[in-house]
Amino acid sequence: MTSSIAVEQAGSGSAAAGQSRLRGGYTGFVLGRLLTAVGMLGFVLVTNFFLFRVLPGDPARTFGRGRFTTPEQLEEFNRTYGFGQPIGEQFLTYLGNIASGDLGLSVSTRAPVSELILDRIWPTLLLVGTSTLLATVLGVWLGVNQAWRRGSGFDRSSTMGALTLYSMPEWWLGMVFIATLAAGVGPLPRLFPTGGLHSPGVDPSSFAGVLDTAWHLTLPVITLTLAYLADYALIMRSSLLDEIGEDYLTTARAKGLRDVTVRNRHAVRNALLPTTTLIALNLGFVVAGAITVETVFSIEGLGLLAVEGLRGPDFWLLQGTFLVASAAVIVANLIANLIYGLLDPRVRT
Amino acid sequence: MNTDAPLLRIEGLRLTYHSDGVGVPAVRGVDLVVRRGEIVGVAGESGCGKSTLASTILRLQPASARVEGTVEFEGVDVLTMRWGELRAMRWAGASIVFQGALHSLNPVQRAGAQIVEAISVHEPGIDQAALDVRVAGLLEEVGLSPALATAYPHQLSGGQRQRVMIAMALACRPSLIVADEPTTALDVMVQAQVLEVLTGLVRDRGVGMLIISHDLSVLANLCDRIAVMYAGRIVEVGPGDAIFASPLHPYAAALAGAFPRIGDQASRFAPAGLAGDPPQPEALPPGCTFAPRCPRVVSECHQVDPQLEDHPGHRKAACIRVGGGVR
Amino acid sequence: MTDAAQLARARRRASLRRGWATFRSSRSGLVGLGLLGVFVFVAVAAPLLADPNGLSLTRAPGGVLEPPSSEFWLGTDDSGRPVLTLLMFGARVSLFVGLLATLISMVIGTLVGLVSGYVGGWLGQLLLRLTEWFLVIPFLPLAIVLASVLGASLVNIALVIGVTSWPATALLIRSQTLSIKERAYLERARVLGTGRWHQISRHVLPNVLPMVFANTTLTVAIAILSETTLSFLGLGDPTRVSWGSMLEDAYSVGAITTGSWWFFIPPGVCVVLIVLAFILIGQALETVLNPRLRGRR
Repeated sequence: MTSSIAVEQAGSGSAAAGQSRLRGGYTGFVLGRLLTAVGMLGFVLVTNFFLFRVLPGDPARTFGRGRFTTPEQLEEFNRTYGFGQPIGEQFLTYLGNIASGDLGLSVSTRAPVSELILDRIWPTLLLVGTSTLLATVLGVWLGVNQAWRRGSGFDRSSTMGALTLYSMPEWWLGMVFIATLAAGVGPLPRLFPTGGLHSPGVDPSSFAGVLDTAWHLTLPVITLTLAYLADYALIMRSSLLDEIGEDYLTTARAKGLRDVTVRNRHAVRNALLPTTTLIALNLGFVVAGAITVETVFSIEGLGLLAVEGLRGPDFWLLQGTFLVASAAVIVANLIANLIYGLLDPRVRT
Repeated sequence: MNTDAPLLRIEGLRLTYHSDGVGVPAVRGVDLVVRRGEIVGVAGESGCGKSTLASTILRLQPASARVEGTVEFEGVDVLTMRWGELRAMRWAGASIVFQGALHSLNPVQRAGAQIVEAISVHEPGIDQAALDVRVAGLLEEVGLSPALATAYPHQLSGGQRQRVMIAMALACRPSLIVADEPTTALDVMVQAQVLEVLTGLVRDRGVGMLIISHDLSVLANLCDRIAVMYAGRIVEVGPGDAIFASPLHPYAAALAGAFPRIGDQASRFAPAGLAGDPPQPEALPPGCTFAPRCPRVVSECHQVDPQLEDHPGHRKAACIRVGGGVR
Repeated sequence: MTDAAQLARARRRASLRRGWATFRSSRSGLVGLGLLGVFVFVAVAAPLLADPNGLSLTRAPGGVLEPPSSEFWLGTDDSGRPVLTLLMFGARVSLFVGLLATLISMVIGTLVGLVSGYVGGWLGQLLLRLTEWFLVIPFLPLAIVLASVLGASLVNIALVIGVTSWPATALLIRSQTLSIKERAYLERARVLGTGRWHQISRHVLPNVLPMVFANTTLTVAIAILSETTLSFLGLGDPTRVSWGSMLEDAYSVGAITTGSWWFFIPPGVCVVLIVLAFILIGQALETVLNPRLRGRR
């Protein structure tokens, strides 16, 4: 997964510090970032359109994959999905449809794609949100302690552990958890369900239902938490190591601050900047990150919806989930940039 | 606290950095005294150990460094102090004006907040309004507009940043100020202004100051006494004007003649008229460490390790060719 | 000029020697190199080490999902094929896709980075926007869409991974190029009136390439992970056995819940080890190239 940060570092400020520049700047910064985000959204819309129409040549053949045996069926497919029109008109229809929230009909279920997406968004948000929260707290703690005690046994072993987790496909880790903790191996009891979100016959809105959902989500959340955790711990460690050699920490020490204050108020606060951005960005990868874990644990969320679109193959479904996934990343990127701008005054001048 | 003791007394100080099992001696036996109201300069090329010396005064040397000797501040040994005492002594007792204020100030904190932080560590319980007044006063003292308290370091010019650093060093009314290359990163005009502010405040408040620079000519005008360091040792010490006007040690002479052009970065590393580089601390030459570069070297220099010896006019030099030595 | 070229070559040789000395001092880097060596050996020698008949669905030598025995050290899969044989041939797929995808990604990334950094202007700005956009586009959905559009073959999978993973390289190369551009000897080259291409190929590229090289190992790691994930989602080449397709098989026949651990544990361990090997090598290389990092790992 991409974990780089698309933050533009503004050139270092000039010497003259006018009073207006000391306070302002953030509004302009926000406007600039908003404009970039809108531009990216336009880019995604265009790509989304052409990717599904121009690249494959004949969408009916690509996305029907031999399901249309007669020319009549083919023609009907093309008419239903507007493929007969010239490309310019198609694009306008497409833009109009998206603007009105119409993402087309699912080929297999005949339900509107927008409804399917709205239905499936909550399990994914619950899964990814919980995991992100846990991974943030644990990852930052781990990274800080590794860097502050760099070279120690704790640092070396836990960094190696984080690297191993980072090298691991998260869905495979999920499979191992299912095999050991859910399916039960040898003496191990079946502690957790192997998949799904609810037990049959339990009302999800009752108290028992909430507990039941939590029970179902335990393994997927642990899996995704470990996957994110490795990422956050590694970046937190390396950005704190970048700060540790800095002179301003010596100044803070010389002022008579406690080691813990020097660490938390000065070093960690500055090192948190890149980590914050990464976490906000990762939230944008909500769909992408959930795809494989939702598949392994059979959680009916957005990720599994994308896989269903792929397996169909279900043209509109795939396009709709791709659009949502991209939009989520752009919004998250915008938020990440705005947070960065708030935290680091150097970016916004 | 012992009020009869000098403000700062360094005796027999040795500091060795350890990396990969190799000991690198950075300071090799230094004695130095700073009294109240006195400005003492330390001069020398990069890597002669002068900044390391400064760091030991607040016990800021890296944990991997081994230190021997005494560093006494107001009669109490800094090197063996308990952590609580040390923290209380830092900044309130002695503060440091670091070189390169861009990096020495926290880039994401406003200038005022960084000054406030120092005050509130040592004098907790002051309310915000009083703190603001005090910060404004400090900024005015160093010739800055109080409005700059809300500026971030990158919004200030080099000279402004260094003044903020000085204001910060004065914030807790310390009795000793250590200035480590306070003007190195600045251009000549600003250098002069900043030095004026710094020494003016020191004289007004009657505190002691240890100022470190590679530029002997800068120190000569300011300092009551100057110590010239080479390869981790003091090779000459005496009254400021005398050392610059008539240096005894050949190295001090080279430093005194080394600045035809102030602000020339190259001269910082190789004083004019001196061939070669300072010796690597892990491979010091036998005898006098300066001998390989010395214009007045004789064969005996390679065998005898010269010690500081007294010379007329309250001066000391570590060179066998000075005074009664081989002519 | 030839003297200068010789001098430059000698200096490069000396720095290579120094680099190797630094690399050797990193224990984890050596472990990574050793691991990679084992995998490369197995991949190359797979037909000699294992009977290729073991890959055939019809002539499979064993029974269905046999546990490990003296005959099949790692048991058999759901078609009776020895898991160990599948693993050995799977290493070929992982390495091939990983390296080809990295090559594609490196070529695109280096070109885009060089041009946007060195040429600048509106073209540079456009390329930078493009890079930024590719950087934030969600990789897996895009790869899924591309893979389903292009069809499943090893080269296509590599292509999909390659065209989605170049932006990080491009940004790195761009920033390197920008800093090198400012250096004095290019100033001199400009004054002498040498052409742009000459400047890039003689001065910028040799300085940028080491960074590309260190970055390569990390890209391979990510590419191998991506290949495994895409294969697991059923987007891999159906005619080839890869670690990802083994895991897909294992998952779909229920090996996870029936306790046939020998079918899904070994491929995952192999993925982890080979990815880890590339990451460790990459870190050691980074330490060689960036002295500031020394003593960190």
